[in-house]
Amino acid sequence: METRFSVAFDPNILTDLQQIWAYQFMQHAFEAGTLVSVVAGVVGYFVVLRRSTFVAHAFSEIGFAGAAGALLLGIPAVAGMILGSSIGGTGIAVLSRRSSHRDVYIGIVLAFALGLGLLFISLYTGYATEAYSILFGQILGISEGDVLLTLALTAAILLGVGLIYRPLLFASLDEEVAEAKGVPTLLIGIAFLLLVALSVSIAVQVTGVLLIFSLMVTPAATAQHLVRTPRNVIIISIAIALASTWVGLFVAFYTVYPVSFFITTIVFALYIVVRVFHRKILGPGEHRKGWRERMQIFMRDYYP
Amino acid sequence: MSTTESLVPTSALGEGPVVIAKDVSAGYGDNVVWRNASFEINKGEFVAIIGPNGAGKTTLFRILLGLQHPVGGKITMFGAEPTKGSPRIGYVPQHHVVDDESHIESGELVRLGLSGKRWGFSLFSHEDKKAAASALEGVGAAELAHRPLAELSGGELQRIFLAEALVSNPDLLLLDEPLSNLDMRRERDLLRLVNGVVKSKGVAALLIAHNINPLLPYLDKVIYIANGKVASGRPDQVLTSESLSALYDIHIEVLHDSLGNLAIVGIEGPHGDTV
Repeated sequence: METRFSVAFDPNILTDLQQIWAYQFMQHAFEAGTLVSVVAGVVGYFVVLRRSTFVAHAFSEIGFAGAAGALLLGIPAVAGMILGSSIGGTGIAVLSRRSSHRDVYIGIVLAFALGLGLLFISLYTGYATEAYSILFGQILGISEGDVLLTLALTAAILLGVGLIYRPLLFASLDEEVAEAKGVPTLLIGIAFLLLVALSVSIAVQVTGVLLIFSLMVTPAATAQHLVRTPRNVIIISIAIALASTWVGLFVAFYTVYPVSFFITTIVFALYIVVRVFHRKILGPGEHRKGWRERMQIFMRDYYP
Repeated sequence: MSTTESLVPTSALGEGPVVIAKDVSAGYGDNVVWRNASFEINKGEFVAIIGPNGAGKTTLFRILLGLQHPVGGKITMFGAEPTKGSPRIGYVPQHHVVDDESHIESGELVRLGLSGKRWGFSLFSHEDKKAAASALEGVGAAELAHRPLAELSGGELQRIFLAEALVSNPDLLLLDEPLSNLDMRRERDLLRLVNGVVKSKGVAALLIAHNINPLLPYLDKVIYIANGKVASGRPDQVLTSESLSALYDIHIEVLHDSLGNLAIVGIEGPHGDTV
């Protein structure tokens, strides 16, 4: 079978991992992939809960303009991404103080940003692959500096989410009562958008601008169908993102196909499996039974 | 549940009224919705707020919640001006809906009613979990704690919202049309529940309703808001043809049927909608 690096797949996984980690860029890919998966699992939960999928998408495309601009100026793409999506995020948050018209403002800002990104890319005289990797991910081209920056941002994002965790959850679930109880819902909303902007900026390294949902949305959406407390949804969501990234990197190493493709395919497959089977495992009326009991019923009914 | 109450010095709680309104007018800028409302609400009183749509019933709640200031007069709550985010108020908004795709279990929402305002997170805090469990038990919904919100019926949801409002041990309960989506039996169950809370914990409850009749057996007071004016007092004093006609200066009749139900005729306009 054709492989990327003329290293053959070995049935012994440990041998494989040794082979993979012999390459420094693969080490960096695993390190950055792990950090991004944790962030995406956590922040993605609130993206799904608040139905901010479009916002996350917009940030990644606004970040695209920033990254393309950064290429042009010769500064790191991640830095441009962060700058672009933070400015875009603040703009969107200020323009749409109430969520009702948010979509329209996002659309307006997004279209302008994409146009700007296109200009930057056409002005850029370097390799076209750079633009391609912004759009579809560049996880195999992550430098040690990128990993360190990702680590610092991961710590900052997790700290930020930890700090506003309860008010954010309250405002997301029950905005009216939260506001009446004195939760600064507008401020929380802006802080959350900035956290999404930062998360998107680092996640783009792994999935690219166009495939950002695969880590920011699908794992959390899948986890929501499996467990019922926010804490557990976040844990499962992180686990799905991590597993998909790791397996995606592993498989991509032994094939010639892109990592992002494997990640998107794995999370999608998991989502489909969970949607098809969760009603049967976790159906209505079964809520009072424990996990073990539900599994037994499921096995009895479907595998007699 | 009574522990928090006993921690508060009696002098702070006071024996005085929970809410005192003196000549209060409400509205937005020059647009006054109603004016010169004066009433008192005391501990342990069950008060209904009734009146036609758009009369400004929810506006009164917004003033009490500190989300809006009166355009005239003075309102005091617990001896001070209403402030946003008072932990002494429990609130259930109108048309209250939670995400129907949400698979989050009900107990989590009740928990947030207590700790949702606090910064940070508490993965292992059992304090608010315990408080949520006892609030759910208080409204007879202990068995709903682990059910997803999306699966609950209208009556079950109202009990969860009531638990969310009660979990912080409030002294004043604001319920905005909690009966609107309930059938008669669930309506009566919820009213009995609220009445039980009011009487056993000494909580004052203000409940906005379309129809006063199911509330009549429990009410201590009624606040009737219509045509920019506000009448308040005991139901049998306020809701009479004489007092309403005198207040509004038009002919209003309060009709009674053989079961003790009443209907207010004459103020609602040509569509003949009654309270």
